[in-house]
Amino acid sequence: MKYLKNVTTLEYSLEKCAGCGRCVEVCPQAVFVMRDKRAAITDKDLCMECGACAKNCDFGALAVNAGVGCAAAIITGMITGGEPSCDCSGSSGSCC
Amino acid sequence: MQNLKFVSVTNIKKKPLPAWATGTIATPGGMVQIASTDLSRTDIWGMVKSRASAFRMNYIVTPGLYAVGKPTKDSDVFVTANYKMSFDVLRRELKGINAWVLVLDTNGINVWCAAGKGTFGTDELVKRIIEAKLDAVVTHRRIILPQLGAVGVSAGEVQKKTSFRVSFGPVDAKDIPAYVESGYKKTKEMSTAKFSMFDRMVLTPMEINPVMKKFPWFVAAILLIFGLQPSGILFAKAWYGGLPFLVLGLLAVFSGAFLTPVLLPFVPFRSFAIKGWLMGITMTFIATWLFNVFNIQNPLLLAVAFILFPALSSYIALQFTGSTTFTGMSGVKKELKFGIPMYIGAAGISLVLTILYKMKEWGLV
Repeated sequence: MKYLKNVTTLEYSLEKCAGCGRCVEVCPQAVFVMRDKRAAITDKDLCMECGACAKNCDFGALAVNAGVGCAAAIITGMITGGEPSCDCSGSSGSCC
Repeated sequence: MQNLKFVSVTNIKKKPLPAWATGTIATPGGMVQIASTDLSRTDIWGMVKSRASAFRMNYIVTPGLYAVGKPTKDSDVFVTANYKMSFDVLRRELKGINAWVLVLDTNGINVWCAAGKGTFGTDELVKRIIEAKLDAVVTHRRIILPQLGAVGVSAGEVQKKTSFRVSFGPVDAKDIPAYVESGYKKTKEMSTAKFSMFDRMVLTPMEINPVMKKFPWFVAAILLIFGLQPSGILFAKAWYGGLPFLVLGLLAVFSGAFLTPVLLPFVPFRSFAIKGWLMGITMTFIATWLFNVFNIQNPLLLAVAFILFPALSSYIALQFTGSTTFTGMSGVKKELKFGIPMYIGAAGISLVLTILYKMKEWGLV
């Protein structure tokens, strides 16, 4: 299943890639494959902006504005003015 | 401080073992409980309750090192969260494997959500590795994390700080035996977060329950609107006039919190708001026209039904973005940018039309 087109903030720099393969290992959406000893993006629209790749890229080749893709969290963030977070355990009793 | 620490350690020793522990094993880091790889009825009932309610909020395991089977200095170390369901799923899948299980303190939240929050994170992992004296418990320097923990854990930093090399294992614990057998190689299948109809179905109680908690307010408002007469509140009128709307309200919850999530890939469009709206208008149409059971004759009320309930279903469906494995923040923000004005508009127009209907009923216009 794919979500909206052309919205992800994922950025990848081929020059910085050292070909370690961590991104392929951590991405839960199979956005990356190894091609010619470097990472390559298969389909950017598959990205769910979880941030695992950027967090585990030791060479700074990946950047993404990671966050929760959760409407309740984003609405709460809009109201309180903070960053959207999964902390909805207080009132609604549901989380993630 | 030192004294307090000593007291708490002796207390732990005296504490009876948890029901799922089969014994203890001595390690350089202290006594470690051996976890059974069979789930008891209590464990399974706990899973069911966690799926359905806020019971999950305090369903925890004490963080620290555990054993499964008869692990040695060469055995693998698997890391998980201290949400009891995460722990239970892991130990069940480790049946027949001798391994260590390192439980991180995530405040009882599952791996993926905790990794997103940062509680299943680099610092916590480093702290637990040191506390358990893992470098003395095992001679190798590998630890296996659930892949979804990668959102919170930087493998590079962990290696720098502890010399343990992190391998991100399969997404799903059930693939662990195959992963271990293949020499710690993951197939594409193993590293992709799947979201089957069954996966979506078990998530729906937590979509329906929070909405149904607010439902009494909706019932009260509807009965008040239909019952309110110049002479006072007439209960018969409230019930007769309000019932179709109460049923439509329930159908909107059903379509937004159950039908849309379960049928997700089969409902057209990628936007959850549009999916929910489509399901909502379909349900409203079926209920009001096809069966005509409710017999809403008044055109004003009919308009309210078709404006309000699809919007409600859409709003509820949009909440499911929080439970999926594939929606990102930028996408949900885009949906809300269009969605929120639409929802406020729909609620406002419905209110105006309802007031108009009441004014006509009372002969004011």
